[in-house]
Amino acid sequence: MTKTHLRIAAALVAMLLIAHPGRADEPGPGGQKVPKPVTGEQVYRTVCQSCHMADGKGAEGAGRMPALAANPRLAAAAYPIVMIAKGRGAMPGFVGTLSPAQAANVVTYIRTHFGNAYAAPVTEAEVKALYGAPPPAER
Amino acid sequence: MTDLGKTPTRRELLTAIGMIGGTAALYQAMTTMAHAAETQFAGPPNLSGARKGATVIVLGAGLAGMLAAYELTKAGYRVRILEYQNRAGGRNWSLYGGDTYTELGGATQKVQFAPGNYLNPGPWRIPHHHRTLLHYCKAFGVKLEPFIQFNHNAYVHSDAFGGKPQRFKSLAADFEGNVAELLNKSIDQKALDATLTAEDRDKLKEALRDWGMLDKDMRYTKNLRSSEHRGFDRPPGGGVNGSPIPSEPFAFKDVLDSRIWTQMAFFMNYEFQTTMFQPVGGMGMIGKAFGAQVQPLVTFNAKVSKILQDKKGVTVSYTDTSTGQAQTARADYCVCTIPLGILNQIESNLSDPLKAAVAAVPYSNSVKIGLEMNRRFWEEDQAIYGGHSFTNQEISLISYPNFDYLKDGPAVLLGAFASGMGAYRLGGMTPEERIETALAQGSVFHPAQYRKEYRNGASVAWSRVPWTMGCCARWNEDTRKQHYQTLVGIDDRVVLAGEHASYVGCWMEGALLSSIDAITRLHKRALEA
Repeated sequence: MTKTHLRIAAALVAMLLIAHPGRADEPGPGGQKVPKPVTGEQVYRTVCQSCHMADGKGAEGAGRMPALAANPRLAAAAYPIVMIAKGRGAMPGFVGTLSPAQAANVVTYIRTHFGNAYAAPVTEAEVKALYGAPPPAER
Repeated sequence: MTDLGKTPTRRELLTAIGMIGGTAALYQAMTTMAHAAETQFAGPPNLSGARKGATVIVLGAGLAGMLAAYELTKAGYRVRILEYQNRAGGRNWSLYGGDTYTELGGATQKVQFAPGNYLNPGPWRIPHHHRTLLHYCKAFGVKLEPFIQFNHNAYVHSDAFGGKPQRFKSLAADFEGNVAELLNKSIDQKALDATLTAEDRDKLKEALRDWGMLDKDMRYTKNLRSSEHRGFDRPPGGGVNGSPIPSEPFAFKDVLDSRIWTQMAFFMNYEFQTTMFQPVGGMGMIGKAFGAQVQPLVTFNAKVSKILQDKKGVTVSYTDTSTGQAQTARADYCVCTIPLGILNQIESNLSDPLKAAVAAVPYSNSVKIGLEMNRRFWEEDQAIYGGHSFTNQEISLISYPNFDYLKDGPAVLLGAFASGMGAYRLGGMTPEERIETALAQGSVFHPAQYRKEYRNGASVAWSRVPWTMGCCARWNEDTRKQHYQTLVGIDDRVVLAGEHASYVGCWMEGALLSSIDAITRLHKRALEA
């Protein structure tokens, strides 16, 4: 096969993979080009604050979006790491979505902001040790 | 029709099977008779003979809850619905001019759309095979109109072509034409001799010529034939300049770089195939129509705090959020449609396996933004009537209104339908920042008009919707295996229903199918008690 043939074959295979059954009402194939946040603050602003709010105080409606501000549970770095990795309740896990470096940066950020003062920076290695494999395909 | 009454019609036969064997047997029979293969809906539940005085409390006045209340009432139960909001409909919802919406975090938007315009923050399109929803739309008098799902003339924006959007039809034509030409070459180079007979190779070549718009030499080139698919430089007209001028196909490399196959594959998907529908006047018309059926049963502003069942019934504690008063409600049984993320936080004595199932399912996020424009420039200037233009930016797409074509005056287009990481970023913004982002990103499609014609806008980020705190339940292969059957099972006197308790997740159809199944089993359990 020529190089072009290979590209076509790859495109056709991709088409088959994409057209899987039972898909939720989603926008379609667009929207994949998202600015990649790097620093802890960037990750917080572009991901976390959508639920935990810009001030880290969470919110209350029919249920509760937990506050990260002044939260004693952040004393142990493993707690927010596992929360980001596995999620809890409605919060999805972010393994496969946020890299260990991004997770380390944002854990460091929330542990040193919003009234939290747990100084020691969390390392990528600490995150990797707890991160685990990404979840299987949605169904 | 002379023998009417002698030989049963197919419908009569199916009705009889349904009465004898229940809905599962009916579904089986319908499938055998080449009916209904696209849906598990076998008609409304055939419930009757509830014990005198038997009561049910339904938690949530979304579609699942309201359907449960409607059908259980018909079956003879005394039903009451507790709803957190001050409106019925749940995620089935439209925002109109004059509406006020306050999201988690406190940001309040006053919607300024002109009369007749709206934003559907949640569901917005109905597949033709969502027969349960269509059935109840008809039964409750909801008028439907076509939702333009597939528009060949809308745009696709990517990093290819220097970021210049191209029409879907041109990219799709060039993709298919080039694939046809290359596959034909493979046949000529005998690459498929071992796979296909000579006769089938000839047929395939004919197919490639027809499908790929190839010329007599089996090439995809600039000519009137390829332009019949991809569009003309000068379309056919009348009079002296009536003759069409063909257009030049794009370089195949650019076509591949545009990843046009991802859009083509999207339209192939079962849930997104035409025909699709929308209610006249906004998706929220469905919730309103359901609400009209169960209106006297609903207690609004009821925030549930505790669900306790005992040997004789279920007690639900709630706060009336308009007065702050603590209340309780009691019934023999409970249909709970509260979104799992919220149910997970409510104190209960549900069984441990059910609690584990409720806790195991995360929710998606998405963001929708409505932008009202002074005029329909997409129609007037670019001949786009409904449908979507796709982009790789966070807004994912803009979608054009599917009604009031050619009308003067303001119209609302969907300026963003973000999901995943894009939705987190947009969801974390203030409403004003979201509008600004939608205007900046959507301008790639309509650079001359977008900001100039903008009037006002509204946005809903589902992570900040106070009554769901997320968009839809997201199952995966593992959680389905470990928890799904537990989640849908009857937990003594309580059964869960909603899109989260279905395999048609994130669709209204899933909520309704789940509800019918849940109340059918609950009714059976109540009769056996």
